[in-house]
Amino acid sequence: MYTLSIVTPEKIFYEAEVTSLIIPGSEGYLGVLSDHAPLITAIVPGKVRVKDTNAKEIDMAVSFGFFEISSNHATLLVDSVEFAKNIDLERAREALERAKRRLADAAGEIDLPRAHRALARAKNRIRIAGREDE
Amino acid sequence: MPTLRQVKKRIRSVISTRQITKAMEMVAAAKLRKAQMKIMQVRPYSEKLDHILVHLSASASGELMHPFFAAREVKKQTLVLLTSDRGLCGSFNSNLIGRANAWLADKAPENTELVLVGRKGYDFFKRRPWTIVKTFSDWGGNLDYDKAREVVDLLTNRFLNGETDEIKLIYTQFLSTTRYKITEATYLPVERPVVDEQKAATQDYIFEPSPEAIFTDLMPRYAYTKLITVLADSFASEHGTRMIAMGAATKNAGEMIDTLTLQYNKARQAAITKELLDIVGGAEALSG
Repeated sequence: MYTLSIVTPEKIFYEAEVTSLIIPGSEGYLGVLSDHAPLITAIVPGKVRVKDTNAKEIDMAVSFGFFEISSNHATLLVDSVEFAKNIDLERAREALERAKRRLADAAGEIDLPRAHRALARAKNRIRIAGREDE
Repeated sequence: MPTLRQVKKRIRSVISTRQITKAMEMVAAAKLRKAQMKIMQVRPYSEKLDHILVHLSASASGELMHPFFAAREVKKQTLVLLTSDRGLCGSFNSNLIGRANAWLADKAPENTELVLVGRKGYDFFKRRPWTIVKTFSDWGGNLDYDKAREVVDLLTNRFLNGETDEIKLIYTQFLSTTRYKITEATYLPVERPVVDEQKAATQDYIFEPSPEAIFTDLMPRYAYTKLITVLADSFASEHGTRMIAMGAATKNAGEMIDTLTLQYNKARQAAITKELLDIVGGAEALSG
């Protein structure tokens, strides 16, 4: 059991004792249990699965960020995060369309990395929300 | 001695002024609460980011470089001045502009440029010799993350492209509702975090994928968060100052109404006495 806080620039999103955590690191998904060695990793858009002290699993969609753990204190710093069950599929689809359009008629004017990030975010949210429906 | 009607008119005008200042005070109070909340909200994130940055710098070998750390010989400077869009907030803007002027005093206009956040700063500097790269106004004293992103992009791009060698911020640091501190800070290049060697040695971090890659990801967010913090502080100070200024104005208006009412009553009494005297005099003249 260890402490996890999920923080975005807007707020502290989640703070609780958890038993395990699966996060989308930049090198692939990784599981984090108690007494993990100190680690700092980059986070890419994907699904975070938290198992709390009641063994209940909570799924969240995250975008880019960082994860840090040392002496049983874990912090997940992300640009945005949402509970999987709260994702607005309609909006996510719209965002995806928008990102695709922007990339399609890229006239050198737009911020390409940002458009790609938006695309990755939207795809991720749709994927995670979709999985919830099944 | 003003006439009855004149005094009455003034009282009415002061009462409506008081109503306005009172409303503004309350609006400022509400906005201040919101701005304070923003400060609180962004604080954990920025603290954690600092924390990671320190560990990263400690664990990574001294060779680690990111363009944001590049301290070049300072030839061209950029000053970012954060003022408010609107007035009626006491000496808030004049203090800020005064500080900016003091800072600019020994700088050459051809090597110094301005980025202005807030219309008041623009109003002042538009007629001065300094180059204004861009003005961001009409925030309405509220934090807008998209707009903040725009400011960050502009500043970081200018720095990375070598259009400026140093970016200074002049803003107000929020201390409490009644207190703020005008602060000068260097935005870019980023100062290297101080590394506590002992602490660094005890915690041997694993980095995935590599410290360099994390640095590349981290620094833009660090720059963004720092600006958000500065903006939140600035807005909170603005609303705090406005709330105090409007509170004082409301109180003054109240005092003025009291004085005027006294004056009005005196004038009214004088008029009644005069009328009575007239009637009595008239009656006496008739009976006599």
